[in-house]
Amino acid sequence: MSVEEKMDSGRRQLLLATSVAGGAAAAATAVPFVASLTPSERAKAAGAPVEADVSKLAPGEMMTVEWQGKPVWILRRTEEMLATLDKLDDQLADPASDKSIQPEYAKNKARSIKPEFLVTIGICTHLGCSPSQKFKIGADSGLGDAWPGGFLCPCHGSTFDLAARVYAGKPAPTNLDIPPHKYLADTKILIGEDGTA
Amino acid sequence: MTTKSQALLNWVDERFPLTSTWKAHLSEYYAPKNFNFWYFFGSLALMVLVIQIVTGIFLVMHYKPDASLNASGVPVAFAAVEYIMRDVPGGWLIRYMHSTGASAFFVVVYLHMFRGMLYGSYRKPRELIWLFGVGIFLALMAEAFMGYLLPWGQMSFWGAQVIVNLFSAIPVIGPDLALVIRGDFVVSDATLNRFFSFHVIAVPLVLIGLVLAHIVALHEVGSNNPDGVEIKKKKDANGIPLDGIPFHPYYTVKDIVGVVGFLFVFSAVLFFAPEGGGYFLEYNNFLPADPLVTPPHIAPVWYFTPFYSLLRAVTYPLFGLDAKFWGVIAMGAGVVIFAFLPWLDRSPVKSIRYKGPIFKTALVLFVIIFFILGYLGVQPPDNGGIKDRTTQICSVLYFAFFLLMPFYSKMDKCKAEPERVTS
Amino acid sequence: MKTRAMKFVKRLLAAALFAPVVAMAAGAALHLDKAPVSTDPAALQNGAKVFVNYCLNCHAASFVRYNRLKDIGLSEDLIKDNLLFTADKIGEQMKIAMTRDNGKLWFGAPPPDLTLVARARASGDGSGADWLYTYLRQFYRDPSRPTGWNNKVFENVGMPHVLWELQGDQVAHVEEKDDGHGGMRKEVSLELSKPGTQTAAEYDKTVADLVSFMVWMGEPMAESRKNIGTFVLLFLAGLFVLSYLLKKNFWKDIH
Repeated sequence: MSVEEKMDSGRRQLLLATSVAGGAAAAATAVPFVASLTPSERAKAAGAPVEADVSKLAPGEMMTVEWQGKPVWILRRTEEMLATLDKLDDQLADPASDKSIQPEYAKNKARSIKPEFLVTIGICTHLGCSPSQKFKIGADSGLGDAWPGGFLCPCHGSTFDLAARVYAGKPAPTNLDIPPHKYLADTKILIGEDGTA
Repeated sequence: MTTKSQALLNWVDERFPLTSTWKAHLSEYYAPKNFNFWYFFGSLALMVLVIQIVTGIFLVMHYKPDASLNASGVPVAFAAVEYIMRDVPGGWLIRYMHSTGASAFFVVVYLHMFRGMLYGSYRKPRELIWLFGVGIFLALMAEAFMGYLLPWGQMSFWGAQVIVNLFSAIPVIGPDLALVIRGDFVVSDATLNRFFSFHVIAVPLVLIGLVLAHIVALHEVGSNNPDGVEIKKKKDANGIPLDGIPFHPYYTVKDIVGVVGFLFVFSAVLFFAPEGGGYFLEYNNFLPADPLVTPPHIAPVWYFTPFYSLLRAVTYPLFGLDAKFWGVIAMGAGVVIFAFLPWLDRSPVKSIRYKGPIFKTALVLFVIIFFILGYLGVQPPDNGGIKDRTTQICSVLYFAFFLLMPFYSKMDKCKAEPERVTS
Repeated sequence: MKTRAMKFVKRLLAAALFAPVVAMAAGAALHLDKAPVSTDPAALQNGAKVFVNYCLNCHAASFVRYNRLKDIGLSEDLIKDNLLFTADKIGEQMKIAMTRDNGKLWFGAPPPDLTLVARARASGDGSGADWLYTYLRQFYRDPSRPTGWNNKVFENVGMPHVLWELQGDQVAHVEEKDDGHGGMRKEVSLELSKPGTQTAAEYDKTVADLVSFMVWMGEPMAESRKNIGTFVLLFLAGLFVLSYLLKKNFWKDIH
């Protein structure tokens, strides 16, 4: 037989160099393929910031706008509603929103720029269902006599207060996300773009 | 190897022929040691197949086979291609890989087939390998033809229109057959959708099956080589062919050189001339399909043109059937006739190296004719002028190369084949 | 050494065999001027301005998003203030308000989408840019046409000369010439009869910029394609050397 395979150091080095270079080439080739899985320009254009006019929103009422295909809630909170937020700290999982997602300017007790308007993404941080409104107080809500009003996720029972903060002992790990937003005028909110309060 | 990984391998081997398959097809598959340049194109064809499948999978994620018009009045399918080219990150690169890959596939396959003709790789005992190969070529043509409809440009539409109408030339069933292929009275949304289905699922399945059969058959009888001698006739005490070397690592490292060289040329086209001068992406295909206006000059993509010339060469009716039918027969026969090579070649030797002057001349003439027919296929017909006459003469010679082979290959003065391969 | 030279010759032959197919050109019928296509951002920006002002009323470029114009050096604010006439948002595409039916009614055929026109108009006669560059400079007055305009490159074109204020009026002199085959050939030569706001040289530059923009629009990734390509080829050349050395090293086993 004319073949006797031998592994000398030159061969080992060449094998290594070729494998590394070939691996780098393969990795570089994967880049466009992985990139093609990310949102396209069309998706980005469709997910562009949206304007919401809140001038017709009565106190205690909530409206929903669509941003990046997700429901964004705008809740105009009454004084009574805002008052409930102070008493709940010990019942909540993340009362100071340290582990939750929100822009820096909304990391406060009311989780908003103006306390009156809560702007939040209506998607449960557990597995992505959209919670329902439970604004009725007490036994009427079906959530016990002490219920101060908030949201209930129908899928796995997570409950949130009126600043979209999650109650402790529920499956959702964090408070609902607050999207970047800013006020274009007193009653005009632009959702999807950061502003400085 | 550490004992743990050896144990894992043993565990697998008891349940699945992993090591034995590796040995049978790579590390202990003995290939002749004298492969030359022409032997790169088999592995390259496999490589292009992988490129086409992978890029195809990603293109399907963004493409929509829909002939209806969008709000801007552009067909959705056409707009989907531009969406991939502009809006999908990296989409243009994937699409150019696929469109360049289509042409590269034919370049590589034509060279691979030519290799077979040079060295008599179709001869006994490799007839089945060759037949599977012809099957692959047919499937590839179907795949390319149907894929070309998907961008839904002017050339897509009118190319499909013309080719589907060929089927209507078949006596009795023709018109109904064309209707069944289109699913409509003209090439339409229905046609686009079924071509999409065939292009992404049906034909690729057939193609992969045939490629597997091609390789399994090859590894059963062993590879031919530029000398055309059977290396299995001379074996050492261990039953290993004296002129054979393990495919892995020797031909794997060699084929890697071929693959990198190929990728260099492929990338040069892809990044610097993706339109291929109008031959890989035809200019008129940048216009959306318009069923009311035919472009002034339509020609098939370059890889079909030799056979398209055969179609156009026939202009006389015969036996009461019109010329259109015989044109279709000529085109079909021009492809299928390759399948008969193993039985047409009566030469005592396989390789061109030992064949006589007649066969050598015939093969050179055949290649020249193939190119002339390819060139004429993109030219507009000139109404019985010099081009049309040349097409007809070349078509006759094309078939003469095959049909006269039993005679000239037998009377040719061949040299004696050596006992062992030469290096 | 001899066999390697042989291999090289064979490779060269294989390449040469394919050359006729690629080098072939269709029979030339039109004489087109070579377009001075530029990739200079200033030229492209000027071209974009001309395109939006003169073309985008009747023709859409429905695959081009306004924010893609950032690629030719325009800022988002500049685009919003100066170019964003047919859409509200910068992520939208260059569409037009005119419906296809109206277009058909007014011009005989709906004005085609221009996104890809620079690629589609390429032919054996020249590149798509050459065609556009010649076409846009060869309109002439023709009272027999419904629009009052005709074109030397695109006979009986449905489109009027939208840039006439810039170029001015041209008139055509038709000469019958012997075509050398016993027949007569019509030869049209153009002459400026009324100057426009731009000199001939200025107008050529305006059209060149416009055409450059349309070439860019046809394939906005063309420049990055070439840049990536250069890098890829260099890398592959290196990898080729490595893999060749590896092959040589392994094959020294084979006698």
